[in-house]
Amino acid sequence: MEILNASLVNWSRAQFAMTAAYHWLFVPLTLGLGVMMAIMETKYVRTGDEKWRKTAKFWQTIFGINFAIGVATGIILEFQFGTNWSNYSWFVGDIFGAPLAIEAIVAFFLEATFISIMFFGWNRVSKKAHLTATWLTILGATLSAYWILVANAWMQHPVGMNFNPDTVRNEMTDFWAVALSPVAVNKFFHAVLSGWGLGASFVVGVGSWYLLKKRHVDFALKSIKMGAVFGFISFILLAVTGDGSAYQVAQKQPMKLASMEGLYKGKSGAGMVAFGILNPNKQAYNDTIDPYYFKIELPKLLSLLGYRDINAFVPGINDIVEGGYTLPDGEKALSFDEKKERGQLAIRALANYQKAKKEGRDSDATEYKNTLHENYAYFGYGYLTKGQDSIPHVPLTFYSFHLMVIIGFYFILMFAIVWYVVHKKKMETATWLQYIALWSIPLAYLAGQLGWIVAEVGRQPWTIQDVLPVQAAVSGLSTGNVITTFILFATLFTLLLVAEVTIMVKQIKKGPEL
Amino acid sequence: MITYSFLQHYWWFVISLLCGVLTFLLFVQGGQSMLYSLAKTDDEKKLLLNALGRKWEYTFTTLVTFGGAFFASFPLFYSTSFGGAYWVWMLLLFCFVLQAVSYEFHSKPGNIFGANTYRAFLFINGVLGTFLLGVAVGTFFTGSAFSVNKENLLSVGNTGGGVISRWENPFHGLEALGNLSNWCLGLSILFLARTLAALFFVNRLDHAALVEKSKKYVLYNGAPFVIFFLIFLIWTLFAEGFAVDPGSGIVSMEKMKYWHNFLQMPIVLVMFLLGVAAVLYGIAGTVFKNNFRKGIWYSGVGTVLTVTMLMLIAGYNHTAYYPSTYDLQSSLTIQNSSSSEFTLKVMFYVSLLVPVVIGYIAYAWRSLEKKRLSMEDLKSDEHTY
Repeated sequence: MEILNASLVNWSRAQFAMTAAYHWLFVPLTLGLGVMMAIMETKYVRTGDEKWRKTAKFWQTIFGINFAIGVATGIILEFQFGTNWSNYSWFVGDIFGAPLAIEAIVAFFLEATFISIMFFGWNRVSKKAHLTATWLTILGATLSAYWILVANAWMQHPVGMNFNPDTVRNEMTDFWAVALSPVAVNKFFHAVLSGWGLGASFVVGVGSWYLLKKRHVDFALKSIKMGAVFGFISFILLAVTGDGSAYQVAQKQPMKLASMEGLYKGKSGAGMVAFGILNPNKQAYNDTIDPYYFKIELPKLLSLLGYRDINAFVPGINDIVEGGYTLPDGEKALSFDEKKERGQLAIRALANYQKAKKEGRDSDATEYKNTLHENYAYFGYGYLTKGQDSIPHVPLTFYSFHLMVIIGFYFILMFAIVWYVVHKKKMETATWLQYIALWSIPLAYLAGQLGWIVAEVGRQPWTIQDVLPVQAAVSGLSTGNVITTFILFATLFTLLLVAEVTIMVKQIKKGPEL
Repeated sequence: MITYSFLQHYWWFVISLLCGVLTFLLFVQGGQSMLYSLAKTDDEKKLLLNALGRKWEYTFTTLVTFGGAFFASFPLFYSTSFGGAYWVWMLLLFCFVLQAVSYEFHSKPGNIFGANTYRAFLFINGVLGTFLLGVAVGTFFTGSAFSVNKENLLSVGNTGGGVISRWENPFHGLEALGNLSNWCLGLSILFLARTLAALFFVNRLDHAALVEKSKKYVLYNGAPFVIFFLIFLIWTLFAEGFAVDPGSGIVSMEKMKYWHNFLQMPIVLVMFLLGVAAVLYGIAGTVFKNNFRKGIWYSGVGTVLTVTMLMLIAGYNHTAYYPSTYDLQSSLTIQNSSSSEFTLKVMFYVSLLVPVVIGYIAYAWRSLEKKRLSMEDLKSDEHTY
């Protein structure tokens, strides 16, 4: 039997993380810029103002450059579930494959078909048909985000399934529970809005660059005004959906929440860290080292946001590993060791079930099946050895989360100021604000990356929460194979990123053809 | 009425059809592979790129849909083949990543690698993408060395459990290149894609010199395609195939299994022959008739029919569609590798949307292709490659 080693697991994770991070550099701009571009074209069709057409067309060129590389980095992600996570693909493919296929059928074709009309149809179809094509392209992109986030949300909170011991896999029992899971719905709005926010930051930043250069002033002001309103609304809604996401995490992934907050010892009426520096000497959850050098806490806020009750108990990492605290449903929380025991019981019961079936011992098989189902909720813990294995990388999760939140609030403020200044017709002369808006573009990208780090690093060690850890999900490859493809794709994506940025910068410098 | 077995057969048909449509759409890759030979001047290259550039996303999206549909309907194939024949699939993906940026980037100002780099990317995608897909599909008939044991997941150790699907060859898919039959299918797909591309240019371009040359290319590529395809076909039909006992599910070798499948499914045989005839008619018509420009449609529909039927004889009539030469009993069949009845049914309803998708693709295709593409169009078009 092949034993999967830690190095293979880490490289497989690194490859997925690298490709996903690259993909998420481009997707948010597609989502955000796409909507703004479509609004601009709508204004053109409504008013007949040629300037709006040219404005929309300029942003469409930028959209096209960005879209191509988004497509390039996306294809590898879909296939990687099979190439690098083959156990996973069988174990949950019955549920996970469906949203991917629906994404392709419902969303990708819509996007791919109408984008060709959007690019090449200006002189070939009517104004209204072209506008419809533009909106359908964006709809396709947004629907695609929905289905892939349904898939991702299901990994974070598996629902609508039943484990079938005969096929050794999870099988779908309720499609709508999967498709409309509250985790998925929240994740969708949060992720798409982050794209809108990034798109707005991009448009306002690039518009500000034109103002700094005193070029295309009218075009720039038009773009900035739309971007500021769009960005402000997006970031306000991002805060709302962020709250919704955190609430879902508190309910479904308490370990992730504890890591996001660096909370080791749980408490009632827990405060939320507004700013803090973790103590790097803290190596294990059960050592006596204080996790913080320093922190500023907003009292009671974590309890309020996580449980909608200012006095609710928020379990810390130690509580979750050691168990014994009272869960919101009144049950006593199990410790890691108890979960591990039950996980191993479930795995053994499955093995015994298979054996009993082969030997025709039907009553034994039924008994093993019942044992398996009673303990299945902890199946994945059977693959872990010690409590520390169930804890994600706390500093990475903590800093990513806090930096993301800080950037989010920064953008609310920035867009509010830009909106106000534009409203007062002073944007053209506010050089300081133009610089700020321009140099804030990378922050929007950073926030998006940080958000995914929180979501994905924070849920370690699970591919499927509580059911399948990464080390049981990976393909049986040699580490060398994965390192080679990692280098191959990292090099290619980096070169393509450089190409994309230089082309985009050149296109922006060239400016709209007004 | 809608039984589990019906759904498994239905989904194998959908996968086969997608494979057929994908093969037809590979004309984009075929065209890319002729970028240096068919077009001589820069203007000619530009025209070819712009004709193909309006279509590349269909091929790309069909490939992605092919993957997604396979995952949803036959997840054990997804985990076994993709996780095992790692290098074939990774190289294929690499080729397609190269393609995805090349159209948009190659003529844009500020392109630091230069237009020639992206043209080379397109050429690589054109040659390697088609050939490797053919080789990968060839293994559906010739088999691969893998084993499947779901109980491996139950082994609990310090570093996790074992793998369900294990590839038993260290070359992880590249060993398929050691089989001549796979080479024949790979080369026939490459030449078919080039033939279809030449037919597409004959149909789409308003450029006398390129159209004339494309007609010659139909012959130059059609001939090797027919030769390689015939070798593959005869070899496959008369070789041993991987038969599944319907009662016990035991896989065994059967002489002339795929030929028997044709005989036992005469409708499939008739459709296959019709498909081959249509492909040949499209080629012959273009080569021998002066003003015949519809060859792409005959050969295109013929390609879809031929490939779909070939895939049906690989999976229908108690045949293991992804056979294991290492352990016959690990071979994948549409029964042992499929999703649950519930999931297949959900996806069955989703697949009813496909006619809508085909409808709007047809609309978009027609709106953009009302007249043939000429150099003048490239000057007046607001978005060109």
